[in-house]
Amino acid sequence: MSAQARVAPSGLEGRSAGWRIVARKEFADHVSSARFFVLLVVLGAAAIVPLYFASDTIRSVASQVTDTRDVFLALFLVSPQDVPIPNVFNFVGIVAPLLGVAFAFDAINSERTDGTLPRLLSQPIYRDDVVNGKFAAGLATISLVLLAVVGVISGFGIVRLGIVPSADEIVRLSAWLVLTVLWVSLWLAFGLLLSVVIRRAATAALVGFGVWLLVAIFGQLIVSLVAGIVAPVANAGTLEEALSLTALSTTIERLLPLTLYQEASAVLLNPTVTTVSAPTTIGQWQQWQQQAQGQLMSFDQSALLVWPHVVALVAMTAICFGAAYVWFMRQEVRA
Amino acid sequence: MTDIAPPRPSRRRRSAPAADPATLTAPIRTRALTKRYGELVAVDTLDLEVRAGEIFGLLGQNGAGKTTTILMLLGLTEPTGGTARVVGLDPARRPLEVKRRVGYLPDAVGFYGDLTGRENLRYTARLNGLAAAETEAQITHVLEQVGLVGRADTRTDTYSRGMLQRLGIADALLKNPDVLILDEPTTSIDPIGVVEILDLLRSLVRDRGMTILLSSHLLGQVQSVCDRVGIFASGRLIGVGTVAELAERFGDGAAHLVVTVATEEDGSESADPATTLAGIDNVESVSWDPVSAAWHAAVRPAEASGKVREEILRAAVDRGLRLTSLRVMEPSLDDIYRIAVAGMAHAAGVATEVGA
Repeated sequence: MSAQARVAPSGLEGRSAGWRIVARKEFADHVSSARFFVLLVVLGAAAIVPLYFASDTIRSVASQVTDTRDVFLALFLVSPQDVPIPNVFNFVGIVAPLLGVAFAFDAINSERTDGTLPRLLSQPIYRDDVVNGKFAAGLATISLVLLAVVGVISGFGIVRLGIVPSADEIVRLSAWLVLTVLWVSLWLAFGLLLSVVIRRAATAALVGFGVWLLVAIFGQLIVSLVAGIVAPVANAGTLEEALSLTALSTTIERLLPLTLYQEASAVLLNPTVTTVSAPTTIGQWQQWQQQAQGQLMSFDQSALLVWPHVVALVAMTAICFGAAYVWFMRQEVRA
Repeated sequence: MTDIAPPRPSRRRRSAPAADPATLTAPIRTRALTKRYGELVAVDTLDLEVRAGEIFGLLGQNGAGKTTTILMLLGLTEPTGGTARVVGLDPARRPLEVKRRVGYLPDAVGFYGDLTGRENLRYTARLNGLAAAETEAQITHVLEQVGLVGRADTRTDTYSRGMLQRLGIADALLKNPDVLILDEPTTSIDPIGVVEILDLLRSLVRDRGMTILLSSHLLGQVQSVCDRVGIFASGRLIGVGTVAELAERFGDGAAHLVVTVATEEDGSESADPATTLAGIDNVESVSWDPVSAAWHAAVRPAEASGKVREEILRAAVDRGLRLTSLRVMEPSLDDIYRIAVAGMAHAAGVATEVGA
């Protein structure tokens, strides 16, 4: 009996290793799972289809206007003119939450229903290693998917259209990638919370996708509804009343994470944007470029503009993850 | 009424090799351990002691508090009151060190279905910080012990319930624990498998000096493997001891003898066993059991059974009774358990009446 493997002595090494081992296993599970491929294909299609239709427009413009700066970022901003498809960042903004929910909705409750949770927790790891590891694994998976999608779009731009990113564009794109990962991690944390609170994975998935639908599709409706209730204006009589109503609905809108993400994306990807709305057609794009002759925002200025948005997203993520964490720590091991 | 017999000086059957003094005295000890869920008292002032190198059986119906007790011993649930010491440590305060040295098979154990048995064990090994070099050999070793080597490389969602149970035992053994806690280890394993598992448990105690606490509601199996048992009902331990000790305390005060008698070649019997047996002092009743084809004699008081056996042998010589076997029937844990639980329920009823 030579196989008398002794347990490693306790120490600092043991403290930090727990969540990493969990994360490593979960990451391997995610990457080899069917849902990973499905979502990769969905997101890939979401990125490639608008790009394909928009590519002709972009190419013609790019060859005409050689002095147009930051045309590479147009890959992410321009939507095709003849097909009703949103541009890449809007599409990612709507589809990416699916990723987050999909990789977390069954994180804890499936361990519970499969009977693996008591076994996992009886190993010498802390209880929070399980949540932390699962969150980290989800984050890594999502980052991988997003990196792949951005890589595909960039590659498409470089090879098919022959446009090469400048250093500034790479910085902006990286910043947008970080923002998008943050945006998805909010949904990941939300999915994790659902998986802790709701015992059945199917129910958790339904609730998760329901909330996603509510925010993505009906968000605007809810905002005008709430604005109407808070400040009912009969016919928006004076200009001031109309203005205050708009200001109010913008404020309420900014409570929605989707708005935060889309506004921040627009600013980060488009150096000409100093406000909320972004150009959606290549014509507008050119217009904006011309309007903003010589006064493009530098990256740090753009970053400053979206800083509150980023902080708000981080806060929302922290609240969701914190709630999942505390709830899980207080839960009984047995149902 | 729930006084526990003072622990007898244990007959030293085996010595645990290379164990620290705390482990030697009592690897598992609880003092007034209590767990409440709101109004419900799941475990009520439990005093439990499991000695080094013994197999201790925790008996009780579903919901008697067995699993809750086990979870508290592992630090997976915090006790409402009282203390627990496992391998000399407080599991509520130092759960990691306890879990590093205690192997645990949960009730209705599960594995990741999309991984093979070996992969599942590899994950456990990593969580336990086993050295990578030794992991593979150790995994093969524990798989051999539970007889699963042949199926180790198939996905666990193809395993039967019994195979999962075996894999669960392998999983608990992987960290080479000092103490093994098994919650319903033999449930849903086939009878031959049960014998193998029980043999394995015995050999673990014999060869490695492991201490094993197992919970079960399959009393026959517990009886065959456990050195001592504790009877658990409504969160309280109502009796601890060897099966014989418990039989003495909770038994009906009668001993049972099984007598088989050969028939003559012509079919007649030399002497009528029924009248012969019934004629002996202290034999309360004699009955024929067609299943075992033997006579059952109830002896009261139980202490007289030695004398009665002598008398039967004498009768065999004097009156030509062609005796082929004579043995004392082991007290059945099922009966003891039933009587103990009924006695407790009765006592509780009396207490309620007095209180009212």
